[in-house]
Amino acid sequence: MPRRGWIVLVGLAVLIALPALLGSYLVTVFILVFFYGYLGQAWNILAGYGGQLSAGHAAFLGVGAYTATLLAMHAGLSPWLGMFAGAGAAGLLGALIGALAFRFGVRGFYFVLLTVGFAEVCRIVALNTDAVGGALGLYITFTGDPRQLQFRDNRAYYYVALGLMVLATAVTGLVERSRLGTYLRALREDEDAAEALGVDTFRVKLLAIVLSAALTGLGGAFYANYLFSLQPNAVFGIPLSVDIIIRPVVGGAGTIWGPLLGSLILSPLAELSRTYFASGGLAGTHLVVYGFLLIAVVLLLPRGAYPELVRLWGRMTAKGR
Amino acid sequence: MDLTLVAQGLLNGLLGGGVYSLMAVGLTLIFGVMRVVNVAHGDMMVWGMYLAWLLATRLSVDPYLGFVVCAAALFVLGWLVQRGLVDRVVEAPHETQILLMLGVGLVLENLALMVFGPDPQRVRSPLAQATLWLGPVFVDLARLVTFGLALGLTLALYLFLTRTGLGRAMRATADNAYGALVVGTDVRRVYAAAFGIGAACVGAAGALVSPILPFQPSGGLAASVTSFNIVIIGGMGSFGGAFVGGLLVSVAESLGAIFLAPAMKELVSFSLLIAILLFRPAGLFGRRA
Repeated sequence: MPRRGWIVLVGLAVLIALPALLGSYLVTVFILVFFYGYLGQAWNILAGYGGQLSAGHAAFLGVGAYTATLLAMHAGLSPWLGMFAGAGAAGLLGALIGALAFRFGVRGFYFVLLTVGFAEVCRIVALNTDAVGGALGLYITFTGDPRQLQFRDNRAYYYVALGLMVLATAVTGLVERSRLGTYLRALREDEDAAEALGVDTFRVKLLAIVLSAALTGLGGAFYANYLFSLQPNAVFGIPLSVDIIIRPVVGGAGTIWGPLLGSLILSPLAELSRTYFASGGLAGTHLVVYGFLLIAVVLLLPRGAYPELVRLWGRMTAKGR
Repeated sequence: MDLTLVAQGLLNGLLGGGVYSLMAVGLTLIFGVMRVVNVAHGDMMVWGMYLAWLLATRLSVDPYLGFVVCAAALFVLGWLVQRGLVDRVVEAPHETQILLMLGVGLVLENLALMVFGPDPQRVRSPLAQATLWLGPVFVDLARLVTFGLALGLTLALYLFLTRTGLGRAMRATADNAYGALVVGTDVRRVYAAAFGIGAACVGAAGALVSPILPFQPSGGLAASVTSFNIVIIGGMGSFGGAFVGGLLVSVAESLGAIFLAPAMKELVSFSLLIAILLFRPAGLFGRRA
């Protein structure tokens, strides 16, 4: 097996063993690192590899979460199965957005705005539909029943989140190595040229958004049963979409490890900030830091932290040149 | 169907359109000149509002006078942002610019949150108490003054763009930056001025609106989206389009609030945005970039 494969396996083994060594708070931090890493990875497929910047990805998570939760509430369906329904629903939304956007050639900033528009429509609809809880949202009763994707022990959530992250990374890796990945990167660089070379850009982009959306929606059930509450403003809102975007952008969009690195850097920061700054007038502190980081990354490390680290490593290990 | 209500809605919409136009004109100027979308537009407006609030509460300056200071302060901010940050990404792909301005917006919004707190504020102006009656409809004096001043500023900007050297340089750069460079225009200075003026517009708009509506740091997003709505409807880069679009959108929102439930108003805005983006992204007067 190539050396990189060994590194990944060892890393995974470490992550699996970690909860035995860490206290509950750190386990929580890692849950966030994994969950946002997973979300960022799903976004990465569409936006990093495909170059279609979506600023409304929270909509997919929200649709997935609401679908799974409503099915659990009204049909008694276990969230373990409901999460796939959530993924399906989110995938459908992605298909709708993609079909409309790409058929009408909506690109660049217009596409960003379109995704924001759809996410806000979802939010407003959820906010005003009493059948899905309206402004109060949905509250999930805590049963601690593993069959309901609920656990009394934090560490179980840790493993589910880790599983999601591994799944998303595996999917991204498969996409990266596949023809779809090549087509995506081609149209990211120059869509018209790719089209001229015979790439069916519509189909490729549509596939990417459906995959990205479904993968994002899958985690909705986890989100619902970890936080025990679903509120339209939180789960469909722009702040969550920004949270989803910023980690892969800082870490390196369009690379397989970028989103994970970005989450590793930013999620503990956010959690620390929330714990220590949330009280009093420092409520927005971590977001200000986010903003500065985003600016710094865009100006100084436009490709993200991971590619720059790779470059540095390459320079350090190139002997005598 | 109460005709008086409709007439009132029309009137309020028209008056509100002055501020909307001002906001949109600022955004479209920035885009027209340097093809950069100021994602932080709404957050700059929020700072205009809070500066007006500071002036009113700490220095007892009425916002209808203080808006000049707000405009000047935001001009400086815009200039600095452009020179320091945007200048480096003018040639970069759109995604980079969007992410950069998103970062700026995050910083602005959350600095406001840290400094001023999350609770909505309002500015007290003596004009806000007075009401004029025109037959069956009434006009808030404050809204009327806001409308007049916003209109005046828009007109001033139009005159600037058409009658002054720098204004002509801006229009030239908007048409063809390379050509403008070739004939000796200091394009970097034009960029900085354009961004500054765009920010000043929206800062003034914020100050003018502060006595009428409550505001809070999180309002930046809504203001940004409204600005984008208008500019896209009117056509990115078109001054006239932004102006007309501002009035149109304001009237549409006002009438929408009468006929639909308040929550649906936002829904209509976003649905309209989606429809425009899909079917006519060039807007009413826009040139396809």
